Amino acid sequence: MQTDELIDLLAADAGPIAGHAPAQRLALGAGAGAVIVLLLVLGWLGLRPDLAKAAGGAFFWLKAAYTAGLGAAGFWAVERLGRPGVSAAPAGAFGASILLLFVLAALAQGFGMSGPTRLIAVEGVSWTVCTRNIAILAAPLLAITLLILRQLAPTRPTLAGFAAGAFSGGLAATLYGLHCPEATFVFVALWYTLGVAVSGMIGAVIGLWWLRW
Amino acid sequence: MKTDANPIIATVRLAAKLHKPLGANVRACNERRHRDEYGDGVDELESTLKPLMLAGLNGDAKAHAQLLKCLSERLRAYFVRRLSASPDEVEDLVQETLLAVHLRRATYDRAQPFMAWAHAIARYKLIDHWRRRKIRATTPIDDVSDFLASPPVDADAGLDLTRVLSTLPLRQRALVEDVKVRGLSLSEAGLRGGLSEGAAKVALHRALKLLAEKLRHADR
Repeated sequence: MQTDELIDLLAADAGPIAGHAPAQRLALGAGAGAVIVLLLVLGWLGLRPDLAKAAGGAFFWLKAAYTAGLGAAGFWAVERLGRPGVSAAPAGAFGASILLLFVLAALAQGFGMSGPTRLIAVEGVSWTVCTRNIAILAAPLLAITLLILRQLAPTRPTLAGFAAGAFSGGLAATLYGLHCPEATFVFVALWYTLGVAVSGMIGAVIGLWWLRW
Repeated sequence: MKTDANPIIATVRLAAKLHKPLGANVRACNERRHRDEYGDGVDELESTLKPLMLAGLNGDAKAHAQLLKCLSERLRAYFVRRLSASPDEVEDLVQETLLAVHLRRATYDRAQPFMAWAHAIARYKLIDHWRRRKIRATTPIDDVSDFLASPPVDADAGLDLTRVLSTLPLRQRALVEDVKVRGLSLSEAGLRGGLSEGAAKVALHRALKLLAEKLRHADR
């Protein structure tokens, strides 16, 4: 086929395109995914019994802000990586600074503890399930985000997949906080972060072969 | 971007840029090849193509066709230099990239420079092409100014697209052939196939998506 013939074909298919379509689609998907994750937390894990009391404390919100911040950085990166010629560097820098701040706080807290207390802080009551739970909760949201990302034009598929996983993991970890009673910087910086990272890794691997176009 | 050594040429060019009507876009695209030696291609092409892209996004099919025509010349020149070992694949890649530009134009942000968007797609398609054929890049992948500066090359026919078209479902293929070969409008072509204009629109869009998908795997 001649290229001019193809161009005639494409011109015949040239309807108007709405502005801000990618961001809107991603936000809609995120909303739907968040509802699914919330239902999973409620139906599968249940709320923490002391939720009302915990929500009166500062750390409950600090923990939520940390994971929500990671999720927001992921969302921002996905939105940018889905559009050719747009760099995700600002989103990456934002996510990295949040991570750095929280890890520094955890190091300070950890080194301020005596040996046995530190071990208790590291293990908490749920270190064996925390990372796994976050990765499972993130899965449906990750699937939705990758489906939408596939309709966009990620020129860096692996990185875009990682960003989708970090977004899903961050949001899932935030809602997981409604169930999980852990309340130290040390625990959250270790196992919550690992959960988000695992979700990001899964996204990167899928992105590597599935986000190509 | 280089600046003009000759202030008279620079002034004339600036004046031309300020007074250029939108209708002169294609002419500007064609004339640009003669100006390459002066090195003022970036702004020129951006200011030519971006209005066409914006008009196309608002549903102006004519502007969209002009944009793709002009872009196809850039793409051909860009790919030729990087596929010197397999020149017969150039037109296939040009067509694959045009399809991608068209089908994914919703990812273009109207506030963004158009050439940055187009270059990122062309670059991605080139890397993807190399990866699929397991060819390591021997020519460095250059930046956007290089994408703009390559000299134009004549077009061949795309072989893959012809082949892939024959594998489309019958109805879609008939629609595509009617629009492409017989030059019918979409509503006329739909009528021949017993489709309303709306259904023909949907069918054509689906056919193009399928073509793009099959084209990526055409060489396997």
